[in-house]
Amino acid sequence: MAKLHVSTTINGEPQEFLCDPEQSMLDVLRGPLGLTGSKEGCGSGDCGACSITLDGRLVCSCLMLAAEAEGRQIGTIEGMAGEELHPLQTKFLEMAALQCGICTPGVLMAAKSLLERNPDPTEHEVRFWLAGNLCRCTGYDKIVRAVMETAADMRGGAR
Amino acid sequence: MSDIQYLAPRTLDEAVQAFAATAGKGRILAGGTDLLVQMRAGVVSPHTIIDIKKISEMTSIEETGQGGFRIGAAVAGAALREHPTLRKVWPGVVEATNLIGSTQIQGRASAGGNLCNASPAGDSVPAMVAAGAVVTVQGPKGRRELPVEAVPKSPGRLNLEPGEIVVGFTLPARPKGSSDAYLRMIPRTEMDIAVVGCGVSLTLDKGTCTAARVGLGAVAPTVLLVEDAAKALIGSKLDDAALDKAADACRAACRPIDDKRGTIAYRTQIAGVLLKRTAAIAAARAKSN
Repeated sequence: MAKLHVSTTINGEPQEFLCDPEQSMLDVLRGPLGLTGSKEGCGSGDCGACSITLDGRLVCSCLMLAAEAEGRQIGTIEGMAGEELHPLQTKFLEMAALQCGICTPGVLMAAKSLLERNPDPTEHEVRFWLAGNLCRCTGYDKIVRAVMETAADMRGGAR
Repeated sequence: MSDIQYLAPRTLDEAVQAFAATAGKGRILAGGTDLLVQMRAGVVSPHTIIDIKKISEMTSIEETGQGGFRIGAAVAGAALREHPTLRKVWPGVVEATNLIGSTQIQGRASAGGNLCNASPAGDSVPAMVAAGAVVTVQGPKGRRELPVEAVPKSPGRLNLEPGEIVVGFTLPARPKGSSDAYLRMIPRTEMDIAVVGCGVSLTLDKGTCTAARVGLGAVAPTVLLVEDAAKALIGSKLDDAALDKAADACRAACRPIDDKRGTIAYRTQIAGVLLKRTAAIAAARAKSN
């Protein structure tokens, strides 16, 4: 079977790649495209380490075929920082909301997606939104607190 | 290297033609949250994957008037939740679909896929059964409609003809004083598979229940429409006697299995408990409509 040619947009930049029909988006990101920020944890949509956005919606890139990216907008952790780190990234560093770091790109993508939709989430809302991001190190508390504090800072900055 | 073929047709006719041509060796790709996991686990090995998300009828939500809706089979749970009116008119359908998996899964998983996966424990299905949803399917012999409860045949199997594809769900017009709700029993807070799931849709007129439908999940090989439970509710003021009778009807309808998630006795008991709790939520919502 011939490879499929896919034209897509990744972090705002037009991108083309070749893939096998059953290859996951995660495989293509980490392999040919060299975007290794998205991690493979479980490969079955349970852990969230491979979280990306597809047309602005948070999805697991392990549960998406690369071929499905045709004509769509993909956002990965590599696109999160601009000239400076995103406020979530800064806060995660400041509050040590990570230990081994494998889950962190996915957690950051998920947290960013939450704050775009809900700039003032309750702790309950943060915990439920991030329920699809497993972390074996932190016990989640530092992550949740860092997200809450970033949200407060970003609201403050907007006023 | 594999010899799998990936197709993303733009029209339903092309999709039906392509699916029929696979002679049973093709798989429909909606959100992929079941299909890709099954492929990776080696449970299914399709020769052709037909992605239906480039077909607008599959991915759109349409209001058909008086609270009626048409929901495309591949609409993601997150899109259902974000729809401005759907969750007000059909909160039970939306909350049931939104219980499937995490935020990430909600970004892709669809009610059409949940139905076609044909798990007895699919969360959206009892709510769709309670809602009286009608499923549109299209195949080589044309288009037809069937009630949602008629679609699953047994765990993992559907009452569809070869080559037929689920196109969408039609939710009926809604009289004033109507609402719905869905509850499931799981041993943890979130992200688990229902031990029992219960959907209730009802209409109240001055406190009297004038219409009701009850769907039960995870208590039989397929999701059940429990007509006796609905009969017990209709005509009542949802008093304790009527709710007890409806709960008994739910327990009587149960034909569950013992497994790691729950025993036959437990599931049967819980089916009645959930009926009462779900009916109370649906009734409270209906009163404010």
